Amino acid sequence: MMNLLREIYYVSWGDLKFLRHNAINVLIMSLVSPILYLVTFGYGLAPNMVESDLPYIAFIIPGIIALSSLNASFSSTATRFNVQRLYYRSFDNMMVSPLSNAGIVLGKTTLGVVRGLLSCTFIFILGLFLAPQLMLTPLFVFSLILSCYTFSLLGVTAALLAKSHQTMAAFSSLVILPMTFLCGTFFALENLPPLMQAILYGFPLTHSSSILRAASLGWEFPWLSLLALAGFFVAFFLVDIHLIKTRKI
Amino acid sequence: MDNIIVIENIVKRFGDHTAVDGLSLDIGRGEIFGFLGPNGAGKTTTVRLMTTLANLDEGRIVIDGHDISKDPIKAKRCLGLIQQNVSLDKELTVYENMMHHAMFQKIPKAERRKRIEELIEYVELDRYRDYMVNSLSGGWKKRVAIVCSLLHNPKILFLDEPTVGLDIDARRKLWDLIKKMNKDGTTVFLTTHYIEEAEAICDRVGIIDNGRLIALDSPKELRNRIGRMAVEYYGEDGKTEYRYFPGRQEANDFATNLGNDYTVIVRRTNLEDCFVEITGKKVGGLR
Ligand SMILES: Nc1ncnc2c1ncn2[C@@H]1O[C@H](COP(=O)(O)OP(=O)(O)OP(=O)(O)O)[C@@H](O)[C@H]1O
Ligand SMILES: [Mg+2]
Repeated sequence: MMNLLREIYYVSWGDLKFLRHNAINVLIMSLVSPILYLVTFGYGLAPNMVESDLPYIAFIIPGIIALSSLNASFSSTATRFNVQRLYYRSFDNMMVSPLSNAGIVLGKTTLGVVRGLLSCTFIFILGLFLAPQLMLTPLFVFSLILSCYTFSLLGVTAALLAKSHQTMAAFSSLVILPMTFLCGTFFALENLPPLMQAILYGFPLTHSSSILRAASLGWEFPWLSLLALAGFFVAFFLVDIHLIKTRKI
Repeated sequence: MDNIIVIENIVKRFGDHTAVDGLSLDIGRGEIFGFLGPNGAGKTTTVRLMTTLANLDEGRIVIDGHDISKDPIKAKRCLGLIQQNVSLDKELTVYENMMHHAMFQKIPKAERRKRIEELIEYVELDRYRDYMVNSLSGGWKKRVAIVCSLLHNPKILFLDEPTVGLDIDARRKLWDLIKKMNKDGTTVFLTTHYIEEAEAICDRVGIIDNGRLIALDSPKELRNRIGRMAVEYYGEDGKTEYRYFPGRQEANDFATNLGNDYTVIVRRTNLEDCFVEITGKKVGGLR
């Protein structure tokens, strides 16, 4: 166990240095999309929408947090890992070293997790001004971290599957983009036909937004969704371990 | 002899192209082995298979007693690799790349800095240590890549065309360093197109073509095999011909009989002659 933690630290060390070199850039990037979301949905759409007796803005902020955990974690991990693997080839250095596959996979998620948590923290702080009823609970923090890890692992999957920039882009538009719009981040799933609902429960973002929303608004907590998200975490991890053994270039 | 690398009948296919085709080879502990072959022969692929960067389709590779398919981590503990193409993280500094390598190799924290400083000094990297790798010239990138793979003093060092892009000074230093490491017990497996380098340093060379090993011996034996003396001659048309003879007498007789219409050089056979004879190709095209 100690050994695994050490390996995770070794693998992520370079990515954290990378983050430091690009700190200003990353901070700006982490701020832009949250502000855009909040302006568009908070001021643009919110006044026209009512979700039961809750202001729409309070309903949507946890959704935006879930969405940002997906976007920031997935794309930071996937982009950098893809470049290291296909273009710099520096991933080879890791692969010829005596590191376990689990250490490599989990180590490569760190960058995405940090970026995801950063973005989500910004949104949460901004969100508190717009919707004071939001609550920061331990369950919320745990759900957020689990979301970031799950989506970062998905970023590792995308990078390991990619044969070029083109295939990375395809993964984004086939897997990530549909999730962005459909998975209950902007609306309650109950408004959809049952079949559609059933399909959407097959996506991790649906569960992520439902647990984050419940935890921050004090709703009854959907433990099943937490379990489902944990299931995705395990599944993505196992897929990544498999890919790292078989997808060599 | 104690074999530190055992390769049994390995096959690697890319689609319907077979890049390595039933290769078997043993490398002795402490040996410097040169792996030669024309472009696309399968040298890099073989090195990538041995270092677990590519998966075998068939066959078996054992590194220092560990089957690389069954026990990859133990096998990886013994090896260091300098790749044909520089593989560094271009968005980190030189020092950070070295530190990252030292961590990958699990060099104890107390030794990391010391070892890095030693090598930085040896290859005169000091003024570049805080440069982003991206901003270095090609040769300096290569130097960084080289020192990175030497940090942990590997038992077996794989060098895939290590000297390409290096200036003469760096090249000599590299060979000195490799010889020194070899004296201290490191086994060296190298590929190169600079055949005189291989001739000077290798205990044995293997020649690969189309994924198959077509010759395997010491440079001396290979030279003896085709004839110890070479006659190189060209006439009006400028096309150079080569003939090989077991001794100087035969070579001189042949040269004399050529008459006055040819420019003739009689010399000792070198490894490059062997390479060309055996593969039927001139290596590297331009050289
Ligand atoms: N990833 C790959 N996908 C498909 N084919 C490949 C791949 N890597 C190598 N090959 C093919 O395998 C063959 C052997 O390539 P390899 O790189 O091992 O040659 P080499 O002996 O190192 O040549 P060079 O002297 O040019 O470095 C070539 O025909 C090459 O096109
Ligand atoms: Mg090669």
